[in-house]
This record gives sequence, C-alpha cells and structure tokens, in this order.
Amino acid sequence: MGNPNKAKAEKGIMRWVDDRFPATQMWQEHLSKYYAPKNFNFWYFFGSLALLALVNQILTGVWLTMSFNPSAEGAFDSVEYIMRDVEWGWLIRYMHTTGASAFFLVVYLHMFRGLLYGSYKAPRELVWVFGMTIYLVLMAEAFMGYLLPWGQMSYWGAQVIISLFSAIPAIGPDLAQWVRGDFLISGITLNRFFALHVVALPIVILALVVLHIIALHEVGSNNPDGIDIKQKKDEAGVPLDGIPFHPYYTVKDLVGVAVFLFVFCVVVFYFPEGGGYFIERPNFDQANPLQTPDHIAPVWYMTPFYAILRAITFSVFGLDAKFLGVIFMGAAIAILFVLPWLDRSPVRSMRYKGWMSKVMLLLFAISFVILGVLGVLPSTTGRTILAQTCTVIYFAFFVLMPVYTKLEKTKPVPERVTG
Amino acid sequence: MKKHLLGLLFALVPVTAMAAGGASVPHSMEPDLHDQASLQNGMKLYVNYCMGCHSLQYQRFARAADDLGMPQDLVEENLIFSPELAYNDQMHIAMDSGDAEGWFGAPPPDLSLKARVRGTDWIYSYLLGFYKDPSRPTGVNNTVFDLVAMPNVLEPLQGVQELVCAETDHPVEGQEPDALSGKYQSCDVLQVTEPGELEPAEFEEAVYDLTNFLAYVGEPSKLQAQALAPKVLIFIFIFGVIAYLLKREYWRDIH
Repeated sequence: MGNPNKAKAEKGIMRWVDDRFPATQMWQEHLSKYYAPKNFNFWYFFGSLALLALVNQILTGVWLTMSFNPSAEGAFDSVEYIMRDVEWGWLIRYMHTTGASAFFLVVYLHMFRGLLYGSYKAPRELVWVFGMTIYLVLMAEAFMGYLLPWGQMSYWGAQVIISLFSAIPAIGPDLAQWVRGDFLISGITLNRFFALHVVALPIVILALVVLHIIALHEVGSNNPDGIDIKQKKDEAGVPLDGIPFHPYYTVKDLVGVAVFLFVFCVVVFYFPEGGGYFIERPNFDQANPLQTPDHIAPVWYMTPFYAILRAITFSVFGLDAKFLGVIFMGAAIAILFVLPWLDRSPVRSMRYKGWMSKVMLLLFAISFVILGVLGVLPSTTGRTILAQTCTVIYFAFFVLMPVYTKLEKTKPVPERVTG
Repeated sequence: MKKHLLGLLFALVPVTAMAAGGASVPHSMEPDLHDQASLQNGMKLYVNYCMGCHSLQYQRFARAADDLGMPQDLVEENLIFSPELAYNDQMHIAMDSGDAEGWFGAPPPDLSLKARVRGTDWIYSYLLGFYKDPSRPTGVNNTVFDLVAMPNVLEPLQGVQELVCAETDHPVEGQEPDALSGKYQSCDVLQVTEPGELEPAEFEEAVYDLTNFLAYVGEPSKLQAQALAPKVLIFIFIFGVIAYLLKREYWRDIH
C-alpha cells in the first residue's frame, strides 16, 4: 500500500471527472466489468467488425463529402475528380465502396449468428429488434448512397426501386413522385438523397447502435450454448463462466480485426470493383435518363429481396403482380422483426434444438443465398420457378417456426458453458 | 452443422468473384500497366489517331507523363497539339460537340472510362474488328459493334480489311473440322486485302498498346494501389501476429 496519498493523487483527474461524469462507471459497466461468456466462437467476431465497418464508412464518408459535388451536373465528374486529383481520393473512395459491401457481409453473418444461437430469444427481443431496425435503415442508407455517383446503374437502380412505390394502389404514383421530388429522378432527387445519406440516416444508425448495445449490456450476451451465465455466480457476484469484455474480448477482437482488414485491403487494393458486384460496370457511364441499360441489377446485398419481388408473377384478388411483389418483399424483411415471438423452443442454441430446426435453418440459408444469386441474373422461366420455390422456403422458415420449434424434441442443455 | 454453414459461406464466394462479362468478344488482352514502352506508344497512337474526336476529359497530360515515365518537354513537343492546352490540362478536344453531332449523328464519346465500362477485351476486339462495307456511310462496319458510326481511323496502319470466305482455326457452329488440316470453313474471316503501313502482327501490337493505354486512363490510381498494397498488407499481417500473441498471453488463464 505504501503512501495512501499516492493512490489518491493518481486518481485525482479521474476522480474530478467521475464527480461530474460517470466515466469510470461507464468504462466498467460496458468494458472492464462487463462479463461476457468465455465460450464465444468464430461467429462472435462480426459484432465488433460491424462497428469497425460503420466507423470506416463514417470516416471515409466525411472525407468524400469534402470533394463530392451533389448535383446532377457535377456529381459524376466530382467522383472522378476524387479518384484522380484528390490526394489519396481513390483509396478513400474504394474504402467506402468496398466498405459498404463489407458492412453488409459482416451484418449478414452477425444476423446469422443470432439465428444459430437463438440470440433473439427472451430476454434479448429488443436487442434483436434494434438490430433489425439498424439493418433496415442500413438498406435505405446504402440505397441512397448508391445514387450519389450518378452513374447509369445509380440512376436506373433508383428508378426501379422508387417505381415500386407507384405499385401501391391509389396513392402509389403520387407517393413515388413525392419521394423523387420530381416527375423523374433528377438533381432534386440526388440532393435529397445526399442530405439523407450523409446527415439524417447516419444519425439514426448511430443512435440505434447505441440502443442495440445498451439493450445488450442490460441483459448480457448470449453464447453458443444459449445458456444464462448469470445463473451461476461466485461470491463476488461475478458469473463463473463470464470474463471481463476488456481485456479478454478486446484483444481477441483485435485478431478478428486484423484478419478482416487483411481481406478488406486485398479487395480495396486489387479488386475494388469486386468483379462487377461492388461497383457495377455500367456505373462508369454517367446517368442518362434517355438510355436504359440492358440489364438492371441491384448491388448484391439487396438481391435476395429483389429476387423475391420478381418471383411474384401472378395476380391474386385483383392485386396486380407488381404490388404483390412489393408486399412480399416488405413482408420478407418485416417478418424478421417478429422472429423472437415465433420461436417457441425451450432452448436457444441450435446445438440443443431438434433436427427440424436444424433442417429449416439450413434450407433457409441455402434459399437466401440462391435468391441472392438469382437477384443479379436476368430472369428466365426456370429461374422464376426456382425463385418462387426459394421464396416459399424463406417464408416457411418463419411461418412454420411456432409449429416445428414446439413439436421437436430438444436435447438437454448443460448447466455450464461447454468449449 | 457448422461445416454446412461454412460451406454456405464459401458458396457465396463465386457469386462475388464471378466476372461481370458483357457480350462475347473474339479477342482477349491482358493490360500490363508496368510496360511503359507499350503505354507510351499507346498514348502516341491515341493523340495522333483518336484525339481528333475523342477527349479524355479526366486524364491530365502531366499525370500521364509522370505515370508513363515521359519528360515534360517531350510531351509538350510531341503529344500536345492544341495551342489552347497546357501540360497540366486534361486531354480535351477542339471539336465542338454540336458540330460533331451534325457530322456523325452523335458526338463521339469521351473515352476516359471506356475501358471500365466495356472492358479491355471489347476495345481490343473492336479496334481489330473493322471491315470494308460499301453499304455504310463511312465505308466500314465492325464485327463487334454492328452499324458503327465511327470510320476505321487506323486504316492507314492496318490497310483495308475485308470479310472473306476462308479456312479458319476458330470452331464454326454446326461444322466438323477438316480431317487433315483441323481447320473450319467460314465466310466470316477477317483478312487484310490491301496492306497498310504495318504488318498484321505489328498492327495487333499497336492496338494492344492503344488498349493498354486506355486501361491505364480508366484507372490511373491502379499503379499507386499496386505499389502501396504490399506495404499495407505486410503491416496488417505483422499487426495480426502481434494481436494474436497478445490474445494468447491474456487468455492463458482462461479455461
């Protein structure tokens, strides 16, 4: 112990701050005394990586904004100006374009982890709902960002998606016009998308991320066994299977960060177009309202839902196919929100669920990937039938969940976490 | 289960790696941005044969000179023809776009990003694909771009090329190859009937250089990216090793 004054002096500044702001308390609650299960596996890297991707998008986005010209006349030129005349502009821009795809990739893997280990189940329903809201806003953010370079695919992709609003009976055409702010996509649309992309939606996403993490830290992290580590605590009240997030998971996540950055940089430096999937070829032609590209495909992370939209080729109850497609596409995303209330299983993790849950999750994942592939391809009769089959499986996973999770026989759940 | 899921992950890879190929083109070429002689020759051909009509509005002379290893005075003397253009300017053209529209039906497009829109295989095949067609206003048509409005500006180099009936090495649909020679009969064979300044092989090389230059112009930063990439990747690798050792040290007492 020695001199008691020394300890007091060292803590002088922190004490001064802590008297006015709960800095130490927050540090402890969220990092140094936030006890996370010790058995996190590979799938648990993607939460922190999503945060990294978000920070990358915000930082590169801010620097892009410094040189970008949000007008129909200047947008395309200013992107090439960034690529050629701005110091390191090409790197900043490719980090942003690749970052968008990387963000969705890690978010999809993060969401899949939730499905795998039942991270959405009570008491984590709000964690899931906040997360889904982030995903929804992220899709809007990506969609609006894609218009900004004002290339052919920017323009016509936006044209296709906004025209979906016009499929809504009665109010549709007026609604689409209200979204565009013009009779067709124009500089006005570009300007409002710019405002939403760089100001409004990032604020919403950041706020939602805070809510997502606060809700998570309130109930505690799930784990691959899906058991509650707070049930077994030592005398000090620390979960026996819990370890402080910092330093254990901060150093572990650093390894994940290094692997992620390595792959990310390989793409940024050597394959920034992602084979035509991160930056589509027609987007190197400036937007031309008079010339429709041969084939309009959304960026890969939207394609599963686009495939569901196109899979609806028939009219029912006087509702036309396009409107039904929009309803199914919306429902495909909306149904994810209610997932916590569809799962009736007594266990969380796929490790202890029955064979039906496992088969359904596998079919669901395969269907989602197939829909994603179909969404970038032009449709043919055969592909439409395949897309319809996958759409049925996609919805069956959710709609039948209350039945198969209730029916199936689950395995006994261990008392303590396994390896 | 885990294996299946990882399998799924890998199933995603070919989707993103699949090339976004356009229409099929007869020739392919691999750009080489480190072949400065080729790029310099490509730029020389471009300013002499193409730049009368096609601007490179995003490409600066000075940047090209730096990247392709050409001294400023040589560039100013030999590659900048317009008195209105300076060394630091972008490669604009003198032709008014209104006039161009009257003469050609549409103004000739800027070619800064054509290699990225069409791909280099397409440009290479297109430039090799002109053939004599008296029914066209310009006297030529193109195997890659039917009813093309552009004349064959490289004709002095290439000579007159025609579509003839001849033997070819390329397989023809619905035809068995000749038992002896292994060749096919086709009436879609391109052949130079009046020689130009260059032999066919030399001409193909010139077209390669021109296409290579357009590949460079499409993405000049590629040179910087390729130079920087190994340093960044080595740094991240070392960082990863240190992070892993740190993690292992911290986790030693977790069982």
